[in-house]
Amino acid sequence: MRIRVIEGNCQGHNRCKAIAPDLFDLDEYGNASAANGGAVPPGQEDMARLAVENCPEFAIEIVEE
Amino acid sequence: MSEEVRPVEDWTTDFDIFDADYVRDPSPVWNELRAKCPIAHTERWGGAWMATRYEDLRELVRMVPELSSRSPAVVPLPPEMREEAIAEVKMYGTENPPITADPPEHKPYKQLILPFFTPSAVEAYRGFTEDLAHRLIDKVIAKGVCDAAEDYAQQIPPRVIAEMLGIDANRADEFTLWTRGVLEIGQTDPAARWKYRRIIREFFAELIPARRAKPGDDMISRLVQAEVEGEPLTDHTISGICFLLLVAGIDTTWSSIGSSLWHFAGHAEDRRRLAGDPELFPTAIEEMLRFYAPVMMARKVTQHVEIGDKVLCPGDKMILNFPAGNRDPEIFDRPDEVVLDRERNRHVAFGLGIHRCAGSNLARMEMDVALRVWFERIPEFELSDPDAVTWAGGQVRGPRKVPVRFPAG
Repeated sequence: MRIRVIEGNCQGHNRCKAIAPDLFDLDEYGNASAANGGAVPPGQEDMARLAVENCPEFAIEIVEE
Repeated sequence: MSEEVRPVEDWTTDFDIFDADYVRDPSPVWNELRAKCPIAHTERWGGAWMATRYEDLRELVRMVPELSSRSPAVVPLPPEMREEAIAEVKMYGTENPPITADPPEHKPYKQLILPFFTPSAVEAYRGFTEDLAHRLIDKVIAKGVCDAAEDYAQQIPPRVIAEMLGIDANRADEFTLWTRGVLEIGQTDPAARWKYRRIIREFFAELIPARRAKPGDDMISRLVQAEVEGEPLTDHTISGICFLLLVAGIDTTWSSIGSSLWHFAGHAEDRRRLAGDPELFPTAIEEMLRFYAPVMMARKVTQHVEIGDKVLCPGDKMILNFPAGNRDPEIFDRPDEVVLDRERNRHVAFGLGIHRCAGSNLARMEMDVALRVWFERIPEFELSDPDAVTWAGGQVRGPRKVPVRFPAG
């Protein structure tokens, strides 16, 4: 599975980081980007989906199931 | 602007955010408005539109620059004070950036304060907050009764922000009084709003030159050394930012902690479930934020825009009712039920878009600590006098008196 954070949509709510800390990196302002180039390690797919579904800005998408 | 209390007959055209029944439980009105209008209007309190649907809120926050944040207050100042405020803004620039700033000036100010509020930055205050919470419980635990709002919830946010700003936490009661003067009492009493606005301004006006002369490692000291677009900030701008930092985190977070304790005091099943399963705290806190979201914000219309079947005109005020969006059945399953383990929770308690609450991580940390410490020390508690509970409403909604009893410890 691959995910990405849509640039410009993230407003730094940090819900993804709280839910799936290994899947996201934060910059100095708290804005998120996908860690590991968006690759979701096996076993963390459900966490990735939850991160997507808890983002109030709809800023995260699953690029590849 | 004190208005005669006139009952509301039609909420779609004459809503009143200070109506006593609405303040106690606004959700029936939200459901009616979402289904009927969906953009409501009123001439009360200076006149405003109000959005209650999640998708409308999402659309409205993206209407920049058509909707301006120059006056984010839900109730506008009366005309004579508005002129003075406009003159001040003309002289010094934007008032309380970034909340009162529009693009392009908004971004550098937001970026100036965001590093202080990242998850790791606010974690540094967890220990302080835990000690504080325990000391507050120490004061009441032997009595077996307390006011969960006044003795606990209200005491936490002003002390945490005082610690961050490097100002005297012993004056926390004053900070609370000033904040209520601006945000709560001040909404329906403009003279009080003006008075406390000045008190806060003067407090920081005195403090900032002292920090310039002798900086410490607090947030104000870092602001006096900061630059925006290559220029140092003026004292007036720093005091405007500090005003925001002080005021924005007090009523709001206190309301969220208080609403949560009120909920668990009155819903024994949820209380027992959370007390028995601390792993529920993360989802339970998000659910409290969704269900009891305290804050509404407003925008000023600068250009004709359409939303739903309404046309907004320059000068109109638009209230963004984020708490109502959090109960929208189009987005949330069982929206009017508290579900402590709700896994999918895209609530908008902290707003959306570029003006997303900068202090959201701090508020979450304070809620997490306040509720965990309370449940650890006082797992069993209930309302001692449900009729004595009072709520404040308007820009910030939350309980102001929550008398509870518990086994004395």
